[in-house]
Amino acid sequence: MTTNPATHLPVLDNQPNSRRGFMKACGATLGLAAWATALKPLTEWAADMNVDEFLQKHYRELKPDEKQAIFRRLEADCKAEHGVDVKIADPQPNDGVQFAYALNLSICIGCRKCAEACSIENNHDRKTNNSYIRVFEMEMGGIDFEKGDATYDHPVPQPDKFYMPVQCQQCENAPCVKACPIEATWQEKDGIVVVDYNWCIGCRYCEAACPYHARRFNWEKPTIPAEEINPNQGYLSNRIRPQGVMEKCTFCLHRTREGRMPACLEACPTGARVFGNILDPQSEIRWVIENKRTFVLKEELGTKPRFYYFFDE
Amino acid sequence: MSSINTPLTGEDATKSMSTRETIHSYPRFLWKALGVATDGSWLFYGWMTLLTAIALVGANAWAVQVRDGMVLTNMSDHVSWGLYIANFTFCVGLAAGGVMMVIPAYLYDDEEMHHLVIIGEAVAIAAILMSTLSVVVDLGRPDRFWHLMPIIGKFNWPMSMLTWDIIVLNGYLVINVHIVGYLLYMQYLGKRPNPWWYVPFVFLSILWAISIHTVTAFLYCGLGGRPFWNTALLAPRFLASAFVSGPAFILIVLRAIRMTSDWKWSPRPARTLIQIIRISMAINLLMLVSELFTLFYTGSGHAASAKYLFFGSHGASGLVVWIWTAIGLNIAGTILFFTPAALRRGNLRILACVLCIAGIWIEKGMGLVIPGFIPSTLHEVVEYAPSLVEWKITAGIWAFGMLVLTILVKLIEAIHAKRLSPSNSHAL
Ligand code: SF4
Ligand code: SF4
Repeated sequence: MTTNPATHLPVLDNQPNSRRGFMKACGATLGLAAWATALKPLTEWAADMNVDEFLQKHYRELKPDEKQAIFRRLEADCKAEHGVDVKIADPQPNDGVQFAYALNLSICIGCRKCAEACSIENNHDRKTNNSYIRVFEMEMGGIDFEKGDATYDHPVPQPDKFYMPVQCQQCENAPCVKACPIEATWQEKDGIVVVDYNWCIGCRYCEAACPYHARRFNWEKPTIPAEEINPNQGYLSNRIRPQGVMEKCTFCLHRTREGRMPACLEACPTGARVFGNILDPQSEIRWVIENKRTFVLKEELGTKPRFYYFFDE
Repeated sequence: MSSINTPLTGEDATKSMSTRETIHSYPRFLWKALGVATDGSWLFYGWMTLLTAIALVGANAWAVQVRDGMVLTNMSDHVSWGLYIANFTFCVGLAAGGVMMVIPAYLYDDEEMHHLVIIGEAVAIAAILMSTLSVVVDLGRPDRFWHLMPIIGKFNWPMSMLTWDIIVLNGYLVINVHIVGYLLYMQYLGKRPNPWWYVPFVFLSILWAISIHTVTAFLYCGLGGRPFWNTALLAPRFLASAFVSGPAFILIVLRAIRMTSDWKWSPRPARTLIQIIRISMAINLLMLVSELFTLFYTGSGHAASAKYLFFGSHGASGLVVWIWTAIGLNIAGTILFFTPAALRRGNLRILACVLCIAGIWIEKGMGLVIPGFIPSTLHEVVEYAPSLVEWKITAGIWAFGMLVLTILVKLIEAIHAKRLSPSNSHAL
């Protein structure tokens, strides 16, 4: 057919007003409507998001007043959602401080009090009983995780076993930090590796990269009963995380940067845990590292953990 | 390209076109292309409706996943990547394999291949779109996608391997869109394409195809904490299997074109592709055997995941069926490809293609990504099988990719058959 295109309206096609052209227009309309319906859940999800949050810059590019505005917004959000007054602080790393942790495997009894305390302190999701610490029941005679068991459910301690809690090792050469495509996770001056929960896109590459199973993903919005919310929160640590982002142990930086001890250490009934500033010659951690035969996990990977284990000789 | 060297009907009319006119008639070209792309037989409408329906199901499942959280998938902190990243890996291979037709056509100046080269590029475009979508649906926070953009976001380059992957994949997409768009437009105008405008890009795309798959392999083998991926053979094995899945996919597309149009060509291009498949599949299987040997004979940290994958361990054996199915499919497909019947145009050839594609999809996807997480870095065995939502979304991505591919191929065919040219105002 050779009709002059100029005589026809360009409806989807340079065709005459044929039935087919009409059908196409109908098809296109129907198609658009179908797509809008299919994607409707997105609008429901976007309903409780705001523009400020969407446009928020990376933590390290925020000016002090911008930070304050964000903290106040998060506090208001929490009040609106849970009816709880929380305080979001942002303690900075102190000069001359390098944190390190050590754990005495000879006296750990595997009671999981540390894991429990972590869960409460860090506002973890209660549905999954999440915690940054996993305690492994290990066979005497070597560090062999293949023979370990993190899901034991019997009275402890068992004879011929020892117990090995594992959490983020705050690697000096952290594979997770290298992996992240958008610098949503980084190492602070005092050695603590943090995540900006408002910047992370939830790709989970860091979780694949971590050799110590230290990272946790918020597969859904965490649920915590209002009365159990810990109101003393840090922006980079234990504030309630949004859905779809990564989280990890921060050595309780909202406590430790203000001179307190991590929650897991305080909860330990045996005193197996030693924490402190490794640059302070008087510190207990320094004494342990200088006098005990400490070791780190998976030394061969070159991650340089700041988390040491030792046995009493 | 010989198809372009042959005079076309519109040539006389457009010979005198100035550059300005050439550019100005581009919107008209797009407009007409839209007409052609939405025109066809009932079979075509049925096919497009089916694909749209599947894509809609996938889009809806994704929207629900974004709203309610990734908890709807069966991934966990132990197995934190699943079907999406598995499918991503396969699609990257498919995209790299798309250039398999380009290599013989340009390196050896295979005349006949030149006609069909553009189809390989179209497959590459669809495959890159599918791999990009597979990553997007894997994000917990797709609303923050802009954080990934250079300058306005915070691009952790060159540290993060993922940023390299983003760069090479996007680059590959741009290169292929340029080549396909330029060649089609010139052919539409009945003009001879200027080699300076596309030949350098074709060579670039060949190098680039290798880079997308190599960088994707580095994504995995760069992770020291996951011994299963820590093998130097990973990148070469990726490439070898890409050189099978790509050409096999192109063979199926060629068959579909022959069945639905009057476009004719000799059996030579398909034979070249089959030769490529034969060699690559043999290399792929050889590398598999040598890898299995080092794994189980020498035994290493590596072996725990492989043991789980091939035989199961600690009473868990979720992937055993998958991997042996893949090996069965690959071997069956390879045997079929080596039969003389594969060189003839028949159903056997298509069957061989389907078997190899399915086999590689499992092997490079589920069989490669999932065992990296099982056992976990602290040797816990937590299994994974995709959830219904994950299947729906993945099917939706494939449907979308096939929609794009169908439209591209339809345009290529229409321009080849000169139903789409400046003088022909009517898209039949
Ligand atoms: S233990 Fe894992 S999460 Fe912690 S710093 Fe090292 S790699 Fe990162
Ligand atoms: S999940 Fe978040 S922190 Fe981890 S690599 Fe992805 S963007 Fe970075």
